[in-house]
Amino acid sequence: MNLLFKISSYQLRDVIRSKWIFFYTILLMIISYSLISLTKEPAKILITMLNINLIIVPLISLIFGTIFLYNNKNNIIFLLSQPIKRNVLFLGLYIGLILPIILGFLLGVGIPILFYVKIFSNYAETIFLLLTTGIVLTIIFGGVAFYISISNEDRMKGLGISIIVWLFLSIFYDGLLLIIFQTFADYPLEKISAFLIMFNPIDLTRILVVINFDVSALMGYTGTVFKNFFGGNLGVLISALMLMFWSILPLYLGLRKFKAKDF
Amino acid sequence: MKIKFPPVIVLFLLSLVNIEIFGGIFHAGPNYQLKNLESALKIISPYDTVIIHQGKYFSNNIIVNKPVVIIGLGRAVLDGLGKNQIMFIKSDDVIIENMTFINSGISFIDDNAAIKLDSVSNCKVINNFFEDNFFAIYLARTSNSTVSGNIIKAKNKKESYSGNGIHLWYSKNVEISDNRITGHRDGIYLEFVRSSNITNNLSWKNLRYGLHFMFSDSCSYSGNVFQNNGAGVAVMFTRRVEMFNNKFENNWGGAAYGVLLKEIFDSNIYNNYFYKNSNGLYMEGCNRINIKNNDFVENGWAIRLMANSMDNNFTANNFSGNSFDVSTNNIKNFNTFSGNYWSEYNGYDLNKDGIGDIPFRPVSLFSLITEQNRSSLVLLRSMFVELLNTAEKIFPVLTPETLIDNSPNIKKINHD
Repeated sequence: MNLLFKISSYQLRDVIRSKWIFFYTILLMIISYSLISLTKEPAKILITMLNINLIIVPLISLIFGTIFLYNNKNNIIFLLSQPIKRNVLFLGLYIGLILPIILGFLLGVGIPILFYVKIFSNYAETIFLLLTTGIVLTIIFGGVAFYISISNEDRMKGLGISIIVWLFLSIFYDGLLLIIFQTFADYPLEKISAFLIMFNPIDLTRILVVINFDVSALMGYTGTVFKNFFGGNLGVLISALMLMFWSILPLYLGLRKFKAKDF
Repeated sequence: MKIKFPPVIVLFLLSLVNIEIFGGIFHAGPNYQLKNLESALKIISPYDTVIIHQGKYFSNNIIVNKPVVIIGLGRAVLDGLGKNQIMFIKSDDVIIENMTFINSGISFIDDNAAIKLDSVSNCKVINNFFEDNFFAIYLARTSNSTVSGNIIKAKNKKESYSGNGIHLWYSKNVEISDNRITGHRDGIYLEFVRSSNITNNLSWKNLRYGLHFMFSDSCSYSGNVFQNNGAGVAVMFTRRVEMFNNKFENNWGGAAYGVLLKEIFDSNIYNNYFYKNSNGLYMEGCNRINIKNNDFVENGWAIRLMANSMDNNFTANNFSGNSFDVSTNNIKNFNTFSGNYWSEYNGYDLNKDGIGDIPFRPVSLFSLITEQNRSSLVLLRSMFVELLNTAEKIFPVLTPETLIDNSPNIKKINHD
């Protein structure tokens, strides 16, 4: 445990010193700040922020995570020559990566909100949702990034796969859903679409957000089904479990690869 | 000793004497000879006044068959005991003022109302209170009458157990103003009504529609507020409707409409405010309607324009913060949009004349898709959808080519 802490705190300092995370924070801060200063309507600001999160957070976590492991390759080989368990090292690296990204995210989004805390006074719940989705997405895509870079020796290939994964989950998957909806328009698709959305963490967080903003009424019957499902206790529980599953699965697979890998 | 009476008191005493001798005003109440309205109605002659004093009167279909003024003093309550119709007016020139009507009975055979007027004219129902009635005010074949300043409340949960707040059937020249209606099936309901004015009413939290009319030509609606009704406002099969300065707010739900227009012709919809409705303005089979100077703010769909609507003009409206500005279900369009303000517009204005230099297409590809396939709305706010919309905006292929605002306003139009 002590060792885990040591490794992750070292990595954390290393990451914070790099300019990447600084730019990330500044970028989020500029976006949030300009949104707030453009319109003073908190609901609109928050939903736009959430939209941006759904795009930026996975992308940054993936790319940054992938590069991070490649850059640390020599360091990892060196540490492996020491009496350190591989899973401790792996977890240390992981925590050392996602903690600063989460921190950057919280600062980037949180500071502008704190600055204008007055106009957000009625939206504590939504802000909580905004921050939670950001954190969860970082955790998930940090793990995915680790899995990708451990599975691929070639750094360009790894980076390419990260971007493809991001493109797939945030764009192509929805395209496929749309094709399914159009093809099977004559059938009741509510339950199936809820089921399919569970398998894309970006879509899942998006739906949780959209439902929370009461846009569900627009969707008619589908909306009601979704609202009842994702808004109800069972739905929230299942969504949370699913997100947890998505956080653990890539990390676990990555860990297995990492243990067996011959550096 | 001489007693001096001030002249006012003398006048007052004289007036009392007058009443005693010449009639005209009758008092009914627990402490009077006439115990209730029914007994007063038996003895009065036309155009007398009956003053009902504070108290609770159990009433079963009181028939008013001569011209009379009925005024409540204090809280004069006519109670239908949940079984009966309370008052049935069969005479012209009846005025009902400041009375309280409660518990007219629910019936699936009769339209039990608190006040029913049938085949009369020149009647007034003013400043009364209605609580928990089946129908509150029911006008049939009535003309030149006024329903004004009434407060109408009910609390039934089911549509089938609830009647309408103000119900007009086959009437003309009726003035409905300053009423507050809540908890009924339809707040205000008009069928086969001509030339009537509905002004400054507040209709909120009714089970079905805040305002509902059919086959009611040449009526005008102004200054009304319709809020939080189960399904908003629905109006059908009518010509020459004037709607202005109304507010349609928070009609939010699967099938809720700010205003639903079906087969409405030759009408004007000016200066209205549509806020947070899941469908702001829905138009089906509507022709020659001018929609001008309205504000559409934060609706799900601001306008849903079905393809069977023709020759409607949308000018100088503000569209801001709606999830979809305009949606339609066809590639053809026979309506015109010009000089509106669109918050989604991101063109430029080089010559600074306040009008955008590139046209705006209010129908996004995604809104077209969702109109045909509602379950695809699950993808709302997905990046994929944004990409689709952007691509379609650059090369319009699927969205209606003529549904376009060629002179979009750069700045929000001030409508005050």
